[in-house]
Amino acid sequence: MRLPIGRRRNRDTDDPEGERRYSRIRRYTVILTLVVALVPLFVLTGVNYFLYRRSAEAEIRYNMSRDLLNTSRSLEFVMEERLSVLKLLVQERTLAELSDSRMLTATFQHLEQSFGGFVDLGCINAEGIQIAYTGPYQLLGVNYREQSWFNEVSLRGVYVSDVFLGYRRFPHFVIAVKRAAGDGSFYVLRATVDMDLLNKRVFLPGMGRQDDVFIVNREGILQTSSRFHGQLLERCTIPVPSYSPSTEVIEDLDEAGVSYALGYSYIPNTPFVLMMIRRRADLLAQWVRDRTELLSFLALSTVGVVIVVLYSSRSLVMQIRAADQKRVQMLHDIEYTNKMATIGRLAASVAHEINNPLAIINEKAGLLHDLAAHSDEFPHREKVLKAVESIVKSVERCGTVTHRLLGFTRRMDAKTEKIHLPSLISEVMEFLGKEALHRNIEVVTDFPEEFPLIESDRGYLQQIFLNVINNAFAALRDGGRLELAVRTAGPDQVVAVVRDDGVGISEENLKHIFEPFFSTKGQFGTGLGLSITYGLVQKLGGRIEVASRVGEGTTFTVTLPIAGPVRSDYPV
Amino acid sequence: MEPFSVLLIDDEEELVSTLVERLEFRGIRAAAATSGRRAFEALEKQEFQVAVIDLKMPGLSGIDVLEVMRRRYPDTKVILITGHGTEDGSSAEVPPGAFDILLKPFSIEALIERIHAALGRQGRRVP
Repeated sequence: MRLPIGRRRNRDTDDPEGERRYSRIRRYTVILTLVVALVPLFVLTGVNYFLYRRSAEAEIRYNMSRDLLNTSRSLEFVMEERLSVLKLLVQERTLAELSDSRMLTATFQHLEQSFGGFVDLGCINAEGIQIAYTGPYQLLGVNYREQSWFNEVSLRGVYVSDVFLGYRRFPHFVIAVKRAAGDGSFYVLRATVDMDLLNKRVFLPGMGRQDDVFIVNREGILQTSSRFHGQLLERCTIPVPSYSPSTEVIEDLDEAGVSYALGYSYIPNTPFVLMMIRRRADLLAQWVRDRTELLSFLALSTVGVVIVVLYSSRSLVMQIRAADQKRVQMLHDIEYTNKMATIGRLAASVAHEINNPLAIINEKAGLLHDLAAHSDEFPHREKVLKAVESIVKSVERCGTVTHRLLGFTRRMDAKTEKIHLPSLISEVMEFLGKEALHRNIEVVTDFPEEFPLIESDRGYLQQIFLNVINNAFAALRDGGRLELAVRTAGPDQVVAVVRDDGVGISEENLKHIFEPFFSTKGQFGTGLGLSITYGLVQKLGGRIEVASRVGEGTTFTVTLPIAGPVRSDYPV
Repeated sequence: MEPFSVLLIDDEEELVSTLVERLEFRGIRAAAATSGRRAFEALEKQEFQVAVIDLKMPGLSGIDVLEVMRRRYPDTKVILITGHGTEDGSSAEVPPGAFDILLKPFSIEALIERIHAALGRQGRRVP
C-alpha cells in the first residue's frame, strides 16, 4: 500500500471528554440557532394564521349577510307588491264591482298578467260568505266565518297566512285585505298566492350546492322545503331564532354536531322568516386551502432551517475541531522544538567538556610520542610508540564523534546551503555503522557518481534521514538488508529512497505513521520522530511517502527540490 | 629555533604546558598563559608573533582577549582554538581579527601549519 501524506489522525476522537465538548457545542449551537430562527417564523405564521382566519370568518359573515339581505329584500318586494295591489284594488273597486264575477275575472287576469303568482281571487262579505270567486276551484259560496284568518283580517284589516294545503291541495298562502263599508259592515278581497313564486325568489342564482335557503313561519313550520332540515309543512329541525328587525348571522351546531352558520331575516308584515344555512366546512373551504398552504410553508421552512442549522453547526464544529487540532499540533511542535533545543544545548556542552580533556590526552600522548621517538633506545620503545599512536587515533575518533554531535545540535533555524545528498546520507549512516555491523545488517547503497548539489538545510536533512534510517533499523531483523538510493526526478527534484526488508507496517498503522505520538514501539518510542520528519520535509519544500507490506518491508521515499524554498513559518 | 615566538592562552594548564613543550621540541619558542590577564602580562614582557587563544575561558573570554589584542598588539597574529565545532571540523565563522580557528582535539602538525600560514610562511594545511 502506498500512502500519500497529508492526512493526520484526529487525536480528539480518542478523547471522550473532547468529543463530549464538541457534542455540547454542536447541541447548543443547534438549539440556539433553531430558537433564533424558528421562534420568529412560528410567531409570524401564528399571527398570520389567526389574521387569515379572522379575515375568512368576517368574509363569510359579510357574504352571507349580503346574500341573505338580497333574498330578504326580494321576498319583501314580492309580498309588498302583492299586498299593495290588493289594497289598491279593494280601495278602488266597489263591493258591487268586486262581487261581479265577470269583472273579478277580468281583474284577476290583469293581476296575473302584470304580477303573476296568483292562483285565484275572491270577494267575501262580512258574514264570511265568498260572494264572488275566480279561479280553478269551485269555491263560490264557501263560508269562511269560522276560520281564524277571517277573524284576524276582520280585526287587523290585512292578513297574510302561513302556507297551507287547504281546499286546493297544494301549498299556497293567502293574502286578504279588508275594506270597511259606510254602514259599519265590511268586505274582504282575498287572493291565493302560489308558493312557486316564493320558491323562485328564495333560490337565487349563484347559491352553492351546499347552501340551504328556506322559509319557516314563526312556529318553526317549514313554508318551503329545506334541503337538509325537513320538507314542506314539517317542523324544521333547527329552531327559529328570536326576532330581530335586521338580518342576522349566528353560528351553531346541528343535531349531528356539524357546525353551521345560520342567517335569518324576519319578513315584515308576514309570518315568514327567511333562513339561510351554510355549513362551516363549506364556508371555510378556501380558508382550509389557505391554512394548508400556510402550514406547508411553515413545515417546509422549518425543515429547511433545520437542515441549514444542522449543516452549519456541523461545519462550525468541524472548523473548531480543526483549529483545536492545529493548536495542539503547534503545541506539540513547540514542545518538541524546546526539547530538541535543550538536548542540543546539553549535547554541545557535553561535547565541549569532552573536547578539552581529549585535547589534553591528545597532547600528552603526542608528547610521549615525541619523547619516545627522540630518546635513545629503551625497553619496549616500539610498544610504547604503538600504544601512543593508538591513543592518538582513539582521540581522533572521539573528536570526530563530538564534532558530529555538535554539527547535529548546533542550529535549529533553517539555513540553505549547497549539499551533496549522497554524502550527507553516508555521513548519517556512519552514526549507525556500528549497529549495522553488530546486527549483521547489510547496507547497500545506490549512489550515482555524478549527482547534483541541492540547496537545502543540512541540519534538517540530517534529522530527516537519521529518523527514517533509525526507523528502518528498528524494523529490521538481525541479518536484514537496508537499501539506500538517490536519483534525480526531472530537472527540479531529487529522490532519496530508504528501503528495508523488515517486519513491515500494517495497513491500519500506515494511515497514522506520520501522526504525532503515534508509535508502534510502545514505551520505547516517543511517536514524534516520523511526525517531525514529515514537518521537516514539508519545510524543505519536499514530500515524504511510505509504502509497506507486513512481513516484506517498508520503503520511505523522500522527494526534495533541487532549489526548494524553505518554509520558515513551519514550526520545528 | 624558529625566529618567532608563540603565546598559548588556555585555562587548561595541562594542555598549554604540553603544547609549549611540544612546540619547543620542534624548535618553536612558546610560552603559556592560563588566563587573559596573564596573557597580557606576558605580552607586556615579551613580543609574540603568534597568539593561540582558547575561545571559552573563565574571566576574559577568547573573544575579549582578541578584541584587546587587535588594538594593543595588531602585529600579533591570532589563531583561535575551541571545543565547539561543526561536523566537518571547521568553525562556522572566524571572528574578525583572527587568522583561523582550530577545533579541539587537533594535531600538533595542524597547529604548526596554521602558525606558519598566519606568519605567511610556506606550510602545508593539515585537515
